[in-house]
Amino acid sequence: MFNWFHRLGSPRTFFAMTSSWHPWLLGLAACVLVGGSVWALLYVPPDYQQGNSVRIMYIHVPAAILAQSGYMMMAGAAIVYLVWRIKLADMAMAAVAPLGASITFLALVTGAIWGKPTWGTWWVWDARLTSTLVLFFLYVGVMALRSAMEGREQAGRACAILSVVGLVNLPIIKYSVDWWYTLHQPASFKLTEKPAMPVEMWLPLLVMVIGYYLFFFTVWFMRLRNEILVREQHTDWVRTWVSDR
Amino acid sequence: MLQVKELSCTRDQRPLFSSLSFAVAPGELLQVVGANGSGKSTLLRCLVGLYTGFEGEIDWQLEEAPLYLGHRAGVKASLTVRENVTWLARLRGVLLNPDDIQRSLSSLRLDGYDDVPCSRLSEGQRKRVALAQFLLCPNHCWVMDEPLSAIDNRGLEFLTGRMSEHLDNGGAIILSSHQPVPVDRPVSSVTLG
Amino acid sequence: MSFFLSSVARDLRVHIRKPSEVLNPLVFFAVVISLFPLGIGPSPEQLSLVAPGIVWVAALLATLMSMDLLFRSDYEDGSLEQVVLSGQSLVVFTLAKVFAHWLIAGLPLVVLMPVVGLVVFLEVDGIWTLALSLLLVSPTLSLVGSIGAALTVGLPRGGLLVTILILPLYVPVLILATAMVQASVSGSDVTGYIYWLLALLLLALALAPLAAGASLQLSVDE
Repeated sequence: MFNWFHRLGSPRTFFAMTSSWHPWLLGLAACVLVGGSVWALLYVPPDYQQGNSVRIMYIHVPAAILAQSGYMMMAGAAIVYLVWRIKLADMAMAAVAPLGASITFLALVTGAIWGKPTWGTWWVWDARLTSTLVLFFLYVGVMALRSAMEGREQAGRACAILSVVGLVNLPIIKYSVDWWYTLHQPASFKLTEKPAMPVEMWLPLLVMVIGYYLFFFTVWFMRLRNEILVREQHTDWVRTWVSDR
Repeated sequence: MLQVKELSCTRDQRPLFSSLSFAVAPGELLQVVGANGSGKSTLLRCLVGLYTGFEGEIDWQLEEAPLYLGHRAGVKASLTVRENVTWLARLRGVLLNPDDIQRSLSSLRLDGYDDVPCSRLSEGQRKRVALAQFLLCPNHCWVMDEPLSAIDNRGLEFLTGRMSEHLDNGGAIILSSHQPVPVDRPVSSVTLG
Repeated sequence: MSFFLSSVARDLRVHIRKPSEVLNPLVFFAVVISLFPLGIGPSPEQLSLVAPGIVWVAALLATLMSMDLLFRSDYEDGSLEQVVLSGQSLVVFTLAKVFAHWLIAGLPLVVLMPVVGLVVFLEVDGIWTLALSLLLVSPTLSLVGSIGAALTVGLPRGGLLVTILILPLYVPVLILATAMVQASVSGSDVTGYIYWLLALLLLALALAPLAAGASLQLSVDE
């Protein structure tokens, strides 16, 4: 088992093994996303309170979920890299950070757009938005550190340490922000915690969440393969691969 | 006391050295030779364990870690000579009494400089402060990166004298240098690049 | 333990001989605080309302300013390499450096607090709580900041980067500390906050030196 793990950890083996995967991944992600979007945007009945603007939820909520789990994935790769020193984990980390940051940014922007019709302003210092904003800063920090240390072999390990530090802090930040929010303004009405969301609303949401995950993995996967080629550009196998195309 | 097997190192896609194998025995001086940028410093940093980006085996048959003199001497400018020497010895677990300090300062030809901040010393003098660790700690191997640069004739004489003593006591020395080492002991060498 | 003490003694000597590096952040703190009334207006009602917030944000920035230099000179003159090679624990070394730095840069901030509180018209109760909260929090700030300082020590200009890396991590402390001051101004009990801040301090004490030590080890690996 470990042997297999280790073999897959070699960038070259990984690259060779996965060369035929991405059309399938891409196709699957596209199908689920398009299907989910059509369902969510055209067929879901409008909300009795928010009307059609509730449909922003189908874009926003999956992005917000992914923003957090993207960080978990980055920190997971960081731990793998710190413990086993598998280069592929570092590449995965480098590939996922900008992706996670963009998804987090998307969550912030769609949150703001959703805020306009529901709260009447673009930005509210709501607990969720605030902790997502802090999460965005954490991503930006990891990316800034990597680009500042560019070309240095320590960059990967430094980013890994920072990601793990952020992982330890995330729950503390999240709880403190939640608590700060309840302290300053008792929650008047929450959007996503309405207890009884009917099936015809949450089922498309679930499809969209799955679609987002698939999309995230597909892009991550493509970025990872790209990263492998960039880092291994001086090796013989990459040269052969390029000349064969 | 040191066995190196199949040591290879690649930095920024540029191979510095590959399949390097050598051994250093007690009383032996090994000189690492090579052009600028050929990886001499990197090799020494690999040997002492600072740089870990290498492949191969480095086996020290020693109780204590080797002593290392790098490009950065490890001397704090705002502390005095005495404070620096005490600290460097302290790092290696050697506690000095005032007599020891006095003795080592005079053997470093730094008498009268006890309470002078190292910021006022010349580069050669600072290098000698860093050497205090080498004289005070009864360690077995010295690893020195360009110890003969920025040093005057008297300093050179002093340093080579200490090196000969160290070799006679069964210590080993690994150093990098452009010029031949004026020690009348056998010198083996590794050439890089 | 004796390595800890001798490191602390060495650092105190260095700081005392070059006081500007650690005193500049204090001056920075005072200047930033005095800018707020100029921006917001001199009215005591308004100022006392936002006082805990501005004092705290200024304190965070001042801490980070001085943090950047924590390991830098040791890295540049090679002392750090010697510590790594000597096999002494980098965790202990980090703790010693943070402690010495806190004695010189953190404690004066605590002492400065009552004066600053008066200038921004915080109520008397609030001022004492402010000093107490800073006493509890400034070691946490230094400990967490040391991670950023250690990560960026090898970079020629790491100062701004440290703030980007570390400020988000200060969010929980900022929230709790300002809430503590506000609670005390409004006359409520602050014991709960004290426990929370202590808990965060212990957590930082246990984990931050590990991360900073690993980063230091990394910084000499070149």
